[in-house]
Amino acid sequence: MPETIQEVQEQTRRQKVYQQLVAERKPKPPYLRNFLVAFMTGGGICAIGQVVLGIFMERGQDISAASAPTLAIMIFLGIVLTAFGIYDEFAEFAGAGAAVPITGFANTIAASAIDFKHEGWVLGMGSKMFIIAGPVIVYGILSGVFAAFIKFITRL
Amino acid sequence: MASKKIGQATRKFTNPPIIIGTGTVVGPMEGRGPLAGDFDVVLPDLTCGEKTAEKGERKFLEQAAQIAIERSGISKDIVDYYIAGDLLNQIISASFSARQLAIPFLGVYGACSTCAMGTALGGMIIDGGFADYVLVACSSHYQTAERQFRYPIELNVQHKPTSQYTVTGAGSLVLASSGNGARVTWATTGKVIDLGIKDPCNLGAAMAPAAADTLLRHVADTGQDPDTYDLILTGDLGRVGSELFRELAKDAGLDVGNNHNDCGLMIFDCKTQRVGAGGSGCACPAVVTFGHVLREMERGKLNKILLIATGALLSPLSSQQGETIPGIGHAIVIEW
Repeated sequence: MPETIQEVQEQTRRQKVYQQLVAERKPKPPYLRNFLVAFMTGGGICAIGQVVLGIFMERGQDISAASAPTLAIMIFLGIVLTAFGIYDEFAEFAGAGAAVPITGFANTIAASAIDFKHEGWVLGMGSKMFIIAGPVIVYGILSGVFAAFIKFITRL
Repeated sequence: MASKKIGQATRKFTNPPIIIGTGTVVGPMEGRGPLAGDFDVVLPDLTCGEKTAEKGERKFLEQAAQIAIERSGISKDIVDYYIAGDLLNQIISASFSARQLAIPFLGVYGACSTCAMGTALGGMIIDGGFADYVLVACSSHYQTAERQFRYPIELNVQHKPTSQYTVTGAGSLVLASSGNGARVTWATTGKVIDLGIKDPCNLGAAMAPAAADTLLRHVADTGQDPDTYDLILTGDLGRVGSELFRELAKDAGLDVGNNHNDCGLMIFDCKTQRVGAGGSGCACPAVVTFGHVLREMERGKLNKILLIATGALLSPLSSQQGETIPGIGHAIVIEW
């Protein structure tokens, strides 16, 4: 049944009124608490990484050589905590602080792998492992290309 | 002219079908909630002894249906229809449970409104003289719903205050043309209502207009004052949706503040259990109504209730493609 212009306008008006009501009644997240906790927890994870890096550098490695085992340790921590069901509990508390790479990134891959493990090695776990992490890889590389391009242009 | 039509959307059952048996199965979290004593089975874990959550869900859906049949005192072989639904793609839990039950099957999808929709349909089938016994069931599962609609279970996500917690469980009842028990006397079928809410983390807001619309049409059709009901129960609007529902009803001249409650707020202790704005999922209204509310009626605490179960009719893809979330509310009246 074709709608008259008045009916369409009335429907739009009702929608706007309701959406305004919803916006008013929506409980706000505790922004200040979330910012502070994310800062502390994200910073805490980075501090742990710094300590691990320091341990490897103590053994005489320079920073670039020490980076690889540091990353490996942080990834391992992220995966183990995910596997034991601890990381998501931590994330409920920490918010964005738990999303920091590398541990956050490791969590996204491990969590996806766990979820899809029963759907087969190839089409399940193999392909869906990167379902959350994929965009990080795509847009990370894209940003790198873009940054390199700008660097190139500014050098001309 | 259809003789059982009352107004635009409501049907009155001239021979109201009777609820002769119910079965409710819930997960561990629900078993720690305030209504735990009124459920038939509390599962010790989320997989019901199976390898995956999906396999577990269809197993406990079948279990709830079997309990309902047992409680009815009838044999499975004389059940005329099995009406069931769930939240998963292609309603696999319902279909696979139907395979085990081997009863002529009508699979339905109404998201979280399934239990009321199924009961209304079952009622019409019986009152229309097409069946003597109809089994109705639905299920939902926290993990299977999260996987399908939102994120992997172990992913680092901080839930928003408007997010709700999908109830793990299954609720089932058997309707009969004769027998003892509460009766389903009226049914109001909902229309799809969409007031432009896009946020899949605020489904209460998406569904509240549908609940209000169905309430208004029910009241207009039947001429009954909302106060005649001991309880007006919404399915899973949660804290945010309930507030919006009451506001919308009030704007239309109906004050339901005194006798309204929401299954999503009843099934969990929202203060101590971490469930966001409340419970949700097909099982939410099903287990609360078929488990707790019907027992309250048996205990003499409630006589006449109106259940408006609502569903958010989005798909995982529709949200991602920028669509709004349409809602629907199906209402049934249960009288002792």
